Amino acid sequence: MAQITFVTSDNDSITLEGTSGSVMSLAVGHGVKGIDGDCGGVCSCATCHVFVAPGDLEKTGPASEIETDMLELDDNANEFSRLCCQIEISDAIDGIVLTVAK
Amino acid sequence: MKNSVLPDPFASAREKRGLGEMVDQNDPVTMVLRHKDVRKCAHQYKTFSSEDIPGRIVVPSEVNIRETRQLPFELDPPRHGTYRQLLEAWFKRPLQADYQSILRKQIEELIGQALLQSQVEVVSELALPIQSHALTLLLNTSHEEAQKWISWGTHVFRSEGEALDGDKAMVLYDYIDEQIERAVLHPGQDLYSVLLASEIDGRKMTKEEVKGVLVLTFAGGRDTVINAVTNAIAYLADHPGALERFRQEPEIIGRAVEEMIRYFSPLTHMGRVVKEDTQVCEHAIKADSRISLCWASANRDPAVFENPDEIVLDRKINPHVGFGFSHHNCLGATHARQIMKILLSTLAEKVSTIQILKCKENIEMLSDFQRKVGYDTIQVKFNAIK
Repeated sequence: MAQITFVTSDNDSITLEGTSGSVMSLAVGHGVKGIDGDCGGVCSCATCHVFVAPGDLEKTGPASEIETDMLELDDNANEFSRLCCQIEISDAIDGIVLTVAK
Repeated sequence: MKNSVLPDPFASAREKRGLGEMVDQNDPVTMVLRHKDVRKCAHQYKTFSSEDIPGRIVVPSEVNIRETRQLPFELDPPRHGTYRQLLEAWFKRPLQADYQSILRKQIEELIGQALLQSQVEVVSELALPIQSHALTLLLNTSHEEAQKWISWGTHVFRSEGEALDGDKAMVLYDYIDEQIERAVLHPGQDLYSVLLASEIDGRKMTKEEVKGVLVLTFAGGRDTVINAVTNAIAYLADHPGALERFRQEPEIIGRAVEEMIRYFSPLTHMGRVVKEDTQVCEHAIKADSRISLCWASANRDPAVFENPDEIVLDRKINPHVGFGFSHHNCLGATHARQIMKILLSTLAEKVSTIQILKCKENIEMLSDFQRKVGYDTIQVKFNAIK
């Protein structure tokens, strides 16, 4: 079980609990604003872009090559960027805070 | 070779040069073929612009058959973003449950009818009706309009034997003009009325701008959706196990849709106008020439996709560019994805097997390349689940 906090563009903070699946699916299932997950999580659409809180990068790990290839062509991306369809929910990421890019 | 195979005509050129050349009405096009280059060029809008004479970024060029600028398609950022933002919420409506339930009813009814026939010509009797009925939902317009659109035939701009048909384009433009006038007199809840009432930069959208959005919506979502639906049915005819798999593992349908979009690449490529002398793939490209971003080639790039020429229904990582890439990615993608998801789940629910009786392939001629994009006609027999 992991608690994940999403901070949206209008500064709303939503904390959700999940046990498995991707962070993107959890967010979409609860209608978190700015996370659309259009492609369903196959890493084709970049509509699940989040910024990981600096202190939480250790928990989520770095972006994979396929993500960075995509993110390097996103003008808003920085070193804290992840596509959250590629973050699997597990105990290891309990307590992370993600700021929604869009 | 199975009927449903869509060969990759770009493989050798993509590997050797990364580029292809195409002749088009005295305005040649350099086709960008590698996944990485395609995404990079799509992103670099200042060098590779969408904003030129209306129709020029389309291949084959439409400069001789239209003057209306398609919006937001034929603008660059930041202006592009202003229009795109205005439209975004409307074009995400397909995520709503009631939208999906009406779409499902439409598709179930059309598949139900197809099951009663001894044979069905998929392009005109199934794919075109699915596309047209679904479009009434996207525009939130009267369901009866679908019959009129079906009567126009499968191509708004292209007709047999002629790459570009100005008369057919006029039918669409006249129709949209009429609809805009109707919406001015009797505003409703449809896209025409909503756009007429919306504001851009502190002023009302003009009729010409509304027309620009509607022309894009009609033209961009017509043969693309028709090809995706038709190719999916041909694939399922050749691979009956896929329908069984969707019944057993419905959760893979979303991935299967993405994979089909990758493999079919319903839109082969889209052009850009080069704004400054530059280089692509170590090849000099002159200002005011055209390039095209070849989605179909990028989607088979073995540098990115394992077994690129196979449909892997549950492909997990699939950074395809079937809906384009970056600022201009497909506005209608949400709608198209729902059509495809509901189509696959409805077929899995009702159909056991599909037999292809006869078909004629639709081959695009692209100078150096010939690409099968789908079918001109394909006769099939649907067999119901007993």
